[in-house]
Amino acid sequence: MSGRNIMIYGTLFVVSIYYLLPLYVMVITSLKGMPEIRLGNVFALPVEITFEPWVKAWSSACTGLNCDGLSRGFLNSVRILVPSVLISILIASVNGYALANWRFKGADLFFTILIFGAFIPYQVMIYPIVIILRELGLYTKLGGLVMVHTIFGMPILTLLFRNYFTSIPEELFKAARVDGAGFWGIYFKIMLPMSLPIFVVAIILQVTGIWNDFLFGVIYTKPDNYPMTVQLNNIVNSVQGVKEYNVNMAATILTGLVPLIVYFISGKLFVRGIAAGAVKG
Amino acid sequence: MASVSIKQLDLNFGTVEVLKNLDLEIEQGEFLVLLGSSGCGKSTLLNCIAGLLDVSAGQIFISGKNVTWEEPKDRGIGMVFQSYALYPQMTVEGNLAFGLKNAKVPKDEIDTRIKRASEILHIEPLLKRKPAQLSGGQRQRVAIGRAMVRDVDVFLFDEPLSNLDAKLRAELRVELKRLHQQLDNTTMIYVTHDQIEALTLADRIAIMKEGSIQQLADPHTIYNKPVNLFVANFIGSPSINLLHGDMTGGKAPMFTFGGGKVSVKGYDFAEPPVAGNAVLGVRPEHVAYGEAAKKMPFKTKVSVDVVEPMGSDTLVWTTLGEETFRFRVGGQTDIAKGQEVTIGFDPATTSIFDHASELRL
Repeated sequence: MSGRNIMIYGTLFVVSIYYLLPLYVMVITSLKGMPEIRLGNVFALPVEITFEPWVKAWSSACTGLNCDGLSRGFLNSVRILVPSVLISILIASVNGYALANWRFKGADLFFTILIFGAFIPYQVMIYPIVIILRELGLYTKLGGLVMVHTIFGMPILTLLFRNYFTSIPEELFKAARVDGAGFWGIYFKIMLPMSLPIFVVAIILQVTGIWNDFLFGVIYTKPDNYPMTVQLNNIVNSVQGVKEYNVNMAATILTGLVPLIVYFISGKLFVRGIAAGAVKG
Repeated sequence: MASVSIKQLDLNFGTVEVLKNLDLEIEQGEFLVLLGSSGCGKSTLLNCIAGLLDVSAGQIFISGKNVTWEEPKDRGIGMVFQSYALYPQMTVEGNLAFGLKNAKVPKDEIDTRIKRASEILHIEPLLKRKPAQLSGGQRQRVAIGRAMVRDVDVFLFDEPLSNLDAKLRAELRVELKRLHQQLDNTTMIYVTHDQIEALTLADRIAIMKEGSIQQLADPHTIYNKPVNLFVANFIGSPSINLLHGDMTGGKAPMFTFGGGKVSVKGYDFAEPPVAGNAVLGVRPEHVAYGEAAKKMPFKTKVSVDVVEPMGSDTLVWTTLGEETFRFRVGGQTDIAKGQEVTIGFDPATTSIFDHASELRL
């Protein structure tokens, strides 16, 4: 092993430790019982491994009024996530496709307004949206939150899809038109099969963004409908009784599991998608 | 009956006029080449005919039907693109069938047409492959096949050979010519910036510049009787020699320039010549040298500046008057730099242009 290699691997090792240490602390703490934690030895491996904190975090930890753990929040989050991701990506991909390929009148103005939307701070819109949702009868409902996520995802997703579709050779689009395919025919038969990579990017972006959202969840829903992140906060910040570090750690890992899984699965797909796109067709 | 006819076509992008009041009639079964340098509007014109661009004014008729505002699929056209534009996720067969499926053609009819087209284009063994597994030449054949199976009256080619290497380009050029002879009822409109392609393939060539057609004629006429200086300069490689001078009118017109006096009595004037500034154009291969030059109506002595052997022939650069003058001799020649040679040409083979209007006299 040469000196240069030692430098490279040494640096990588140190950086990895830096990033992995908190995760290590979380995992081992979540596997310890409270008496062991009270000893205060944060880095020590658990003497007696227990899954009790995980069970408690999932099914019986108290979050405000309810004492049925994170399971409720998990279900809420899934019910928010799935429709938000599907609807926002569906609409944004059609938006991007129309903007890139069908140069309709006012397309540039529409696009400018949409992109401008991406730069307006969220805080400005919080209260007006409360009023809108209330008027629509969607305030505190999961449907309302789905709508908010869909709308807020629109500018960046549309930009993403538009740029991708612009990079697909225009002649392909022209050929499909000569071949008699219409707006939807070209979208479904030509564009969609070529855009797996960008769909994966959009899914990663939306799943992590929406799953990790706290602000919209706490504002636009009520305790029964709180997403997992808000519940996690309530568990960790509950001030009554002893701080159950092991339950908190388990709850945190559980909440972070979904984006983590998405990264692992789609990360591979993502690379494969990009590699497939690189072959000139 | 004209197969494609374009009447007073205008196209503007914002304030830029891309096509200006353009008229064009193309006969059934004709091979028409739109030739011009990039930005002259030739591809734009083709896209207008295909219906991929909306025109600003004017009308387009295909097979007698006004298609100005029809969708591309309803115009009876097939189009072949420079980048082939094959659908990458479909097999060759899928690519060929795509348009037919959209038009709801019955399955066995699709199979028959694909079979016929793939026989003509020799792509039968490739039908199950994806475009990524094909070479450039094969891809372009498939793209032509995609236009063929649609059983159209008019083929539109947008620089179809420009992405291929020189050898393949020459091969496919001949194949295209053969294809046109096979499908003799099909009109073909072909856009290119390559004058060799234009001269070899075309029944007629339309030379375009800045959105209008400069000259529309058969290749022979375009080459030998260009209507203006632009066309004369554009066509021909090496390009035409241009001599600037003065011309006298009357019964025995003379052209006087820095290198001498030429009697242009034998020239086929469109109208009786009048005196004025003029430009005389001589193609390098119309210049005779040595013994042959002595029989020419105009002859002179020049000294050789540069000799460029090009294999099949040799290009000799000299100076005539104050202007560069090139002529072409056979591949085997003993002409050397600095040598004094006699050259001559027949004014009947030249082109004379008015200096101010740049139009042919």
